[in-house]
Amino acid sequence: MRQQPVLEVRGIRKEFPGVVALDGVDFRLFPGEVHALMGENGAGKSTLIKVLTGVHPSDGGEVELAGEPVRIAGPLQAQRAGISTVYQEVNLCPNLSVAENIFIGREPRRFGLIDWAAMRRRAAERVRGIDLDIDVSAPLNSYSIAVQQLVAIVRAVDVSAKVLILDEPTSSLDRDEVRQLFAVMRRLRDQGVAILFVSHFLDQVYEICDRMTVLRNGRLEGEYLTGELNQVELVSRMIGAELAGLDQLGGGKRRERTAPTGKAFLQADRLTRRGAVEPYDLDIRPGEVIGLAGLLGSGRTEAARLLFGADQSDGGTLRIEGAVTALRSPRDAIAHGIAFCSENRKTEGLVGELTVRENIVLALQASRGWTRPLSRTAQDAYALRWIRALDIRPGHPEALVRNLSGGNQQKVLLARWLITDPKLLILDEPTRGIDIGAKAEIQKLVANLAEDGMAVLFISAELEEVLRLSHRIGVLRDHRMVAQLDNDGELTPERVLATIASGADQ
Amino acid sequence: MNAHALLTRLRGQLPLLVTAVLLVSMFSVGSVQYDGFFSGQVVLNLLIDNAFLLVVAVGMTFVVLTGGIDLSVGAVVALSTMVSAWLVEQHGWPPLLVIPLVLLMGTAGGWLMGWIIHVFEIQPFIVTLAGMFLARGLCYTISVESISITDPQYTATAQTRIPLGDLFVSPSALIALLVVAAGFVVLHYTRFGRNVYALGGSEQSALLMGLPVQRTKTTVYAISGFCSALGGVLLTFYMLSGYGLHAVGLELDAIAAVVIGGTLLTGGSGYLLGTLLGVLVLGLIQTVISFQGTLSSWWTRIVIGALLFVFIVLQRLITARRR
Amino acid sequence: MSTATAASPVKAVTRSRLFWPAVVLAVLLVANLAFTPDFLAVRLQGGHLYGSLIDILHFGAPLILVSLGMTLVIATGGIDLSVGSTVAISGALACLHISESTDPGGLATVLTAVGIALGTALVLGAVNGLLVAKAGVQPIIATLILMVAGRGVAQLITDGQIITVTSDPYKLIGGGYWLTMPFAILLSALVVVATVLLTRSTALGLLLESVGGNPVASRLVGIRAMRLVALVYVFSALCAALAGLMVSSNVSAADGNNAGLWIELDAILAVVLGGTSLNGGRFSIGGTVLGALIIQTLSTTVYTIGIPPETTLVFKAFVVITVCLIQSPVFRAKLAARGARTRRTARPHAAAPTNREVGA
Repeated sequence: MRQQPVLEVRGIRKEFPGVVALDGVDFRLFPGEVHALMGENGAGKSTLIKVLTGVHPSDGGEVELAGEPVRIAGPLQAQRAGISTVYQEVNLCPNLSVAENIFIGREPRRFGLIDWAAMRRRAAERVRGIDLDIDVSAPLNSYSIAVQQLVAIVRAVDVSAKVLILDEPTSSLDRDEVRQLFAVMRRLRDQGVAILFVSHFLDQVYEICDRMTVLRNGRLEGEYLTGELNQVELVSRMIGAELAGLDQLGGGKRRERTAPTGKAFLQADRLTRRGAVEPYDLDIRPGEVIGLAGLLGSGRTEAARLLFGADQSDGGTLRIEGAVTALRSPRDAIAHGIAFCSENRKTEGLVGELTVRENIVLALQASRGWTRPLSRTAQDAYALRWIRALDIRPGHPEALVRNLSGGNQQKVLLARWLITDPKLLILDEPTRGIDIGAKAEIQKLVANLAEDGMAVLFISAELEEVLRLSHRIGVLRDHRMVAQLDNDGELTPERVLATIASGADQ
Repeated sequence: MNAHALLTRLRGQLPLLVTAVLLVSMFSVGSVQYDGFFSGQVVLNLLIDNAFLLVVAVGMTFVVLTGGIDLSVGAVVALSTMVSAWLVEQHGWPPLLVIPLVLLMGTAGGWLMGWIIHVFEIQPFIVTLAGMFLARGLCYTISVESISITDPQYTATAQTRIPLGDLFVSPSALIALLVVAAGFVVLHYTRFGRNVYALGGSEQSALLMGLPVQRTKTTVYAISGFCSALGGVLLTFYMLSGYGLHAVGLELDAIAAVVIGGTLLTGGSGYLLGTLLGVLVLGLIQTVISFQGTLSSWWTRIVIGALLFVFIVLQRLITARRR
Repeated sequence: MSTATAASPVKAVTRSRLFWPAVVLAVLLVANLAFTPDFLAVRLQGGHLYGSLIDILHFGAPLILVSLGMTLVIATGGIDLSVGSTVAISGALACLHISESTDPGGLATVLTAVGIALGTALVLGAVNGLLVAKAGVQPIIATLILMVAGRGVAQLITDGQIITVTSDPYKLIGGGYWLTMPFAILLSALVVVATVLLTRSTALGLLLESVGGNPVASRLVGIRAMRLVALVYVFSALCAALAGLMVSSNVSAADGNNAGLWIELDAILAVVLGGTSLNGGRFSIGGTVLGALIIQTLSTTVYTIGIPPETTLVFKAFVVITVCLIQSPVFRAKLAARGARTRRTARPHAAAPTNREVGA
């Protein structure tokens, strides 16, 4: 039954300074379907959602709602036109009551004043309508995230029920809560609501969705019926590289390597943090590169942050050089010789208004405390040495870091940790968003560091890169480490892909 | 209703409860300790003497509920007394023209500050600080000296007593109560009022829910400007003079009243009636100290500071528990 | 500037953070010549230096001190509203001790008085620091408490009176001369130099700038931000206490009500004028000193011209708002967008609306 799409987008285009986030994307959404929007980091998923909800104006292309061309100028217009969105970090007001959150901006009024009784009555009806049994006059923050999520859906549907966008609604829900959410989604679908569902959990996508649209690098990769595309094919379309081509690249350039033996520098044993990553085991030996592969949101970063004390684990044990250690802060981890380059260079890595030199010496200086300063001569020497070694441009230690390109910023971040002479270097997406040349240099650097005896944990969404560098690859999926694969020359990208897609080594 | 929800709701009301208990116990202790304390007129005098503070604190409550702050209120009060006195006394303008003009001026000033805060994303405290400098400075460009008012309409209003049985109130006190009532209705029974709470809860969410964030924010500062100007008019009746040094530090008293009244300084939670209680607590502290006789006036400041400390720590505990 | 930069020396000077504050100060000084031809003259009389420039430095000394502490607090992204109260408390404590002592002119008495004042400031600063760093209260609110209560405490100490003292050693701090110069100038210069050394020859400055510039990244490089933040509030209180000693010594009296009134606002203004952003991060002590001198010169100018001194507030209002607008990224972006739009008026739909004005 192919009726007219309720929402149709043609040739949509969105540019940000220096990046084309969406490049002529087409997208259709039919009434009464649950439709998954799939894609990795930078694929353009969130940009597309923001264009549809009017947060970003588009730079080209057309949007049609029920056959009528529309121009969405803001969230309010989007809502009026019939597109409502529920975001991952529930965008409601936690301080207001459930009833108010459902009705704010359009409260029932009598004689110009808000009719609270009517509002509560109607809110209670709406909430009961999705089998939720809560007191609508209680403040929203007295309920769990899952309930807040459902309240957000109630509001969204009540405002305008044509198109409902759910942006990663399940990331912080447990199994039962997800089931409850899905029940609500099915009910709405049967009522004719078109639901756009974004999730990193493949199983959930396959469980609830009828069709899916895959984006890659800001382009449309394809639109599929869920039944037509198995998980391995889906993952390879999301990650992109054609399997054959990828094999060639990997096989041709991969080095012969024997995994170092000897005592592990770090051993994680059933390490876990609720809501972030399920218990996992991991050993890293000096001279070894461990890759972490998995889709965006699979728990790669979360797993790494536990090893750096950036987040505290709430279960399992961590041994460093054989001794059980609790890392209470990054400072503890640094004292044990662990370094961590965050994937968010700007927000979690660099201090933009400081110079290249200052950013490079920051970690070393922090570990010495403020009373034992590095001399200016020493700072200049460090800065110049690493500017030269990594070819940071502009090659001036006093340049402000915020004026550097992404690749050069990444190198500054690397230099910062390398001068601390770490035993374990954790790199989270070190090559994302940087040019090919810098990428190759960073890969070469990682290989050399490992040869010199440094342990490296290398996180990347690009399989090719992970395969090329790692001795062993931990595969994560849905916040769980599902396999650890030895990269012994036999390991093929297909097998890694299959593991990511199926959740088990096959 | 589940127990957890009930607890959360009670926790939100905790500062308000503490303030109410504080008010009652202060009044009881005062009544037991001092002769003549336990009388209706003492209570009414609280309102009469603090009418202008109450009006200013109502405006401040709106601002604080959005998570902002307005440091300019004391200066705007002073400027309003000054402009009133100057126009009425030195230019012979009729009070019925001057008062609306002053109110308009305060509202426009507040609106402008709100606009700058929102559009240029500058911290409220620094923008209203500039507003404070400007308003105080403008006072002195009119006159460095105090201008006393002899206009018959002003003096008549100042001396008016509205009898309530054996007791009496001033027109200012009634106006202040009227402002509280109006503020209460606006905050709880209009969409604008609920948007104020939404903005304080999460500006980002308010924006994504399609609420008029900019209009709400500028209006809130305009209301605070209006209330400050009205407070200035009431103070003119009370003092019968315009002076650049009137209402020095009033912004602190207003903020203290709002905080003690249980409004969270981070915004989004609080009640206008709490602010009324807060003002009464501040007034009662002064009354107790004056009845006591041997305690000096500076104890007022110290006690207010101590109360602020207790309430801020209390707020911190409440919000920390919520996460 | 090092030879590595290709920029011309002129450009290097105009780009310096100190350039604009210095220009403003110079313009103000020169403008004074029009009203007072001998404004810039300094003469030696009876072994003491006299002149308007000396006066500016002398009367500006307490503000410089308070602004120094404020600079470091603002660098961490905070603010300290309680400095005015601390000024009053410290002066009151010192004067009370001296006036009650049997030997008010004795060096030991004065040193004890100074010790009491600084010791109390240490405690007050620690309370602020703990509230901000440990309890996580917003700085403006945490320091508001002491701002409100502090005046009362100062009046409590002086019993609401103005305590006058006659003590030559104490008089030296704010009103005396040493090596032909007012001692206050030397003292504030000493503290400025000490602060520069403290922040720039240790790593304190770098770490503070890092904490203020990017708190998240600072945690991830292992900076103990909590201690540093608490420390700057203590430092700020100590600077304010020293300024309080200076103010009360200058007039040989402690006035709990008026000492240090509004100085927190002047100090914030001085810091902002000196080019340190209220958002935290990079700070400039030289800029702050220039900023404090600009404010003091403005006050002096207004006095000499004969405008009521209180109207300086109007100037300050415009200065505050102008500087904040210039520092506001949104304002700069809008200005730049407008410039771009006028430059290419031929393409009417070229300028995309900014994404902030959604659904207005």
